[in-house]
Amino acid sequence: MSFPYAPVLAAAEPASVAQASGTADLTWLLLAFPIAGAAVLLLGGRRTDRFGHLLGTLASAASFVVALVLWLDMAGRDVEERATIQKLWTAIDVGRFHVDIALQLDQLSMAFVLLITGVGTLIHIYSIGYMAHDPDRRRFFAYLNLFVAAMLLLVLGSDYFVVYIGWEGVGLASYLLIGFWGRNPAYATAAKKAFVANRVGDVGMSLAIILMFTTFGATDFVRVHAAAAGAGEGTLTAIGLLLLLAACGKSAQLPLQSWLGDAMAGPTPVSALIHAATMVTAGVYLIVRSGPIFDLAPTAQLVVAIVGAATLVFGAVIGLAKDDIKKALAASTMSQIGYMVLAAGLGPAGYAVAIFHLLTHGFFKAGLFLGAGSVMHAMNDTTDMRRFGGLRTAMPVTFVTFGLGYLAIIGFPLLSGFWSKDKIIETAFHEGGVEGWTLGVVALLGAGITAFYMTRVMVMTFFGPRRWAEDAHPHEAPAVMTAPMVLLALGSVFLGGILAYGGMLQDWLEPVVGGHGEEEGVTTLSPIVVTLLTLLVVAGGAAAAYLQYGRREVPVVAPVGSPATIAARNDLYQDAFNEAVLMRPGQYLTRSLVYADNRGVDGAVNGLAALIGGTSGRLRRLQTGFVRSYALSMLGGAALVVGALLLVRI
Amino acid sequence: MTVAAVVSAASVPAASVSAAAADSIPAPHIEYGVLSPLFVVFGAAVLGVLVEAFAPRAARWAVQVGLTVLGLVGAFVAVVLVASSDDWKGARAVVAEGAVTVDGPTLFLQGTILLLAFVAVLLLAERRLDPGPSGAFAAQASTVPGSPGEREATRAGAAQTEVFPLTLFAVGGMLLFPAANDLLVAFVALEVLSLPLYLLCGLARRRRLLSQEAAMKYFLLGAFSSAFFLYGIALLYGYAGSIRLSEIADAATQAQGSDVLLLSGVGLVTVGLLFKAGAAPFHAWTPDVYQGAPTAVTAFMAACTKVAAFGALLRIYYVAFGGLKWEWRPLMWGVAILTMLVGAVISLTQQDVKRMLAYSSIAHAGFVLVGVLAADDAGLRGVLFYLLAYGFATIGAFAVVTMVRDPAGEATHLSQWAGLGRRSPLVAGAFAIFLLSFAGIPLTSGFMSKYAVFSAALDGGASPVVVVAVLASVVAAFFYVRVIVLMFFSEPAADGPTVAVPSILTTVALALGVTVTLVLGVIPQPVLDLAGDAAAFVR
Repeated sequence: MSFPYAPVLAAAEPASVAQASGTADLTWLLLAFPIAGAAVLLLGGRRTDRFGHLLGTLASAASFVVALVLWLDMAGRDVEERATIQKLWTAIDVGRFHVDIALQLDQLSMAFVLLITGVGTLIHIYSIGYMAHDPDRRRFFAYLNLFVAAMLLLVLGSDYFVVYIGWEGVGLASYLLIGFWGRNPAYATAAKKAFVANRVGDVGMSLAIILMFTTFGATDFVRVHAAAAGAGEGTLTAIGLLLLLAACGKSAQLPLQSWLGDAMAGPTPVSALIHAATMVTAGVYLIVRSGPIFDLAPTAQLVVAIVGAATLVFGAVIGLAKDDIKKALAASTMSQIGYMVLAAGLGPAGYAVAIFHLLTHGFFKAGLFLGAGSVMHAMNDTTDMRRFGGLRTAMPVTFVTFGLGYLAIIGFPLLSGFWSKDKIIETAFHEGGVEGWTLGVVALLGAGITAFYMTRVMVMTFFGPRRWAEDAHPHEAPAVMTAPMVLLALGSVFLGGILAYGGMLQDWLEPVVGGHGEEEGVTTLSPIVVTLLTLLVVAGGAAAAYLQYGRREVPVVAPVGSPATIAARNDLYQDAFNEAVLMRPGQYLTRSLVYADNRGVDGAVNGLAALIGGTSGRLRRLQTGFVRSYALSMLGGAALVVGALLLVRI
Repeated sequence: MTVAAVVSAASVPAASVSAAAADSIPAPHIEYGVLSPLFVVFGAAVLGVLVEAFAPRAARWAVQVGLTVLGLVGAFVAVVLVASSDDWKGARAVVAEGAVTVDGPTLFLQGTILLLAFVAVLLLAERRLDPGPSGAFAAQASTVPGSPGEREATRAGAAQTEVFPLTLFAVGGMLLFPAANDLLVAFVALEVLSLPLYLLCGLARRRRLLSQEAAMKYFLLGAFSSAFFLYGIALLYGYAGSIRLSEIADAATQAQGSDVLLLSGVGLVTVGLLFKAGAAPFHAWTPDVYQGAPTAVTAFMAACTKVAAFGALLRIYYVAFGGLKWEWRPLMWGVAILTMLVGAVISLTQQDVKRMLAYSSIAHAGFVLVGVLAADDAGLRGVLFYLLAYGFATIGAFAVVTMVRDPAGEATHLSQWAGLGRRSPLVAGAFAIFLLSFAGIPLTSGFMSKYAVFSAALDGGASPVVVVAVLASVVAAFFYVRVIVLMFFSEPAADGPTVAVPSILTTVALALGVTVTLVLGVIPQPVLDLAGDAAAFVR
């Protein structure tokens, strides 16, 4: 395998990553604002209720401003000098194990920082309106700040160990937010489910870090990536698969995807934040960041691509049958992240493309979720699309912004999604061979299904007759909610084109993730053919959905449907699968262990305790209180002592 | 009795030889400087007797307390001076015509005893918890409880201030016991420390009959064990022709004479030592005496007597019987195991706090014996550290017992302690710290001391004993934690005892106990180093 990572390995020499100086010294401020915001709001308690939402939004916005300044500063420097590391303090210094809390701001983390703070701030603003009537709004904003801070730490850490801290922080913040309305037991369960599924991934992460330390003696990016070439392929494959497991947990990929749908229990802005700016993108980030490891472990890389492809179809199929607007969007996230993981599994050719799709997806998915939130807001928190219909006149702004997001996600020509998704399909075909063809066809198929289910969502919500509940009086959301939607819609329309213009994003990321990859790919289908094919499939999917839902009447109560529909409605039995394969055997195991513990271990322990207690009770009686018996015992003891000594000599 | 008298009596054999030669009686050569701790304590004790005779009744208590504290502090200063003087370092050796050895362990043990005695005297001098001229002690010990004579004595404001000189005499005996270089001096020291203790045990103001019964039992059994000890000395003299520890050791290595004589002597001396240390099967007196004696006296005994007894045991075993290691080790294995198991197991079913602490002290005697088994300097270091740490914790624990009271006096039944942690979290917390230390929980001194002796014994090849020791610790931990649970997680009884507010004396004693227990648990190294430096016997 040719070694495509020359630039990275050059950067891997500790000297070549510049210590932060000048403006880059401000990197820590990115984290400081949201952390301070969360701390003030959580510690300040009810005293901060009045201005809590404003403070939280301000903290996020300040972080975004810092990000913009840092970005401009970075863009102004030469390519070689763009990456900086700011060491804050030494966390661990024990023997050979040395961990610095240090922030690495390079082109890749810069892209994430802008997305997280930018989209995050818009979601903060939207939440001011969305959560206006919630008595715990201040706490909500504290958690949002915490979420943003944890995610920033995740993408800024220069050491897997630091990433892990952010990784866990994201898990905690998502748990708190999904379960924000935890008084409803179902929501609390959803939060717990998300947390547990994530924990499974976290185990992969921690094992990967441990393995890195034992293999390389270090856990920071620079040294691990530089030393990766020296390790055996088996070890690298193991590290890669463990990192993939971690990524699957956070990014809701097979087999740890089940939490994502239930996570809709949280307030809608949370869904937007989880699906667009934070959380699910963490897995993609981890894989791309660990590129130097995956490139040396082709098996692990292939597994990444396969997981991505499988998840993209899986999510899309679930999306086909969902009547709940948020769950349909959740399924689409799963599917779109599948695209990104697939791209990241394609190696150096795909990393930049994966990030590209991640950025555009961040905008249009956030827009779609905020639009869905706006619809729910208007429809008394109803999420059943069968009770929507004809909302385009009642909510024109939401309709237009949601519509633009919709067009972006299905890959309508010249909108954001078109550029990025097309690129992924193209890159997949470029892989060549059976692998490339299979992945390419799956990605193409996924695009068709995406068009179908997104059109279905669009049509059922905004077109056709009104199927509203009797007490529904839909109205447009206040400006504080629509403004972010408009901004996100603008991003959905133009961002893809801007970033694709002249390969701008790929050039920007190249020093970190490697070359474009087109040069070395096998030409199977020319790009223009792929684009046309994609458009064809997308048009077919959209048309089919329109015929199904736009021309025929949509029943208010869902019809029974075919076995396939029922399966998709039930999330392709993912929960049943987990229950049958993991939960039941696990329960049997615990039950038998409890049984063994009660009967065996406890029996032995309690029996022993009873024996000792009984002995104690009997021995106590020797303590008669009579001096004569004490003296006798002493005499006996003396005889024993002397006897024992004499016995030894004999 | 003064040390000079003891020393001259003990050095008779040597002196008589030279007397025959020179036809005159030369004065024994006494190194007053290095023996000054002994002289200070005994001097203060004698002065205390004079105070008893001449000072007016009203001033006696204050004068006695002051004198006692001064004597103990002065003696401690003397120990520190002796230990740190450069002249002395080279001369660390046998003094007073061979009767006394002043070496590292002696000085460490003497320092430990003086520190612990100081804290115990603070408890003895407490008068606010049990208001009256005599504090926790009977106004006049000779009167029958409840008799008109006693009422009269109380009305007249009589106070049993002899407590303090008695304590000082006992302390003097304790200082001499581990320093004794021949068995007769050891015996005299043993009696000097024991006799005042017998008296002190019977002086309780409340539950007088229990207290006097305890004193009687202690006296009878103590006399019984002294007889064993003395008979053992006689047998050893018969074997070695000397009572000097080093000469017994020499004779044992040359193996001349009857083994039966030697080993029987070793066995009987051991009985006397194990009795004072409270090891099984010679422990029977401990619970009765600990329960009956005034609690402050119990604290003093439990801490200081144990130090002195183990100090003497170590010296006699390491110096005189060092060559017989293979003979006595199986015996000591057995005794240590039995002691730990008896102490730990029987304490499980105790309902009285003082009795529980008594059985706990038996178990701890077993743990200390584990360190003795190592029979090397590491073991010695561990034992020295253990005794210091355990002494402070145990005095602190008994200090808490003196504070938990109901109208009838101290409330020692365990059921009365239920919910104490809710009413008096500070005091119950302090008691919990002591219990955790007894159980050997990390960050308390108990953990470090157990670790020190167990690891020494493990290196010394006594792994089966260490296994039993760890198991016994588990059993013991059960009843310590049970008390903590009782204090903190039970509902307090409506008419339960309260924690009385003590004077500054008990408060200081308790604070010292807690501080030392925690400090030794967190930063034990300085004291371990000190014990390690001290841990080599001069033969």
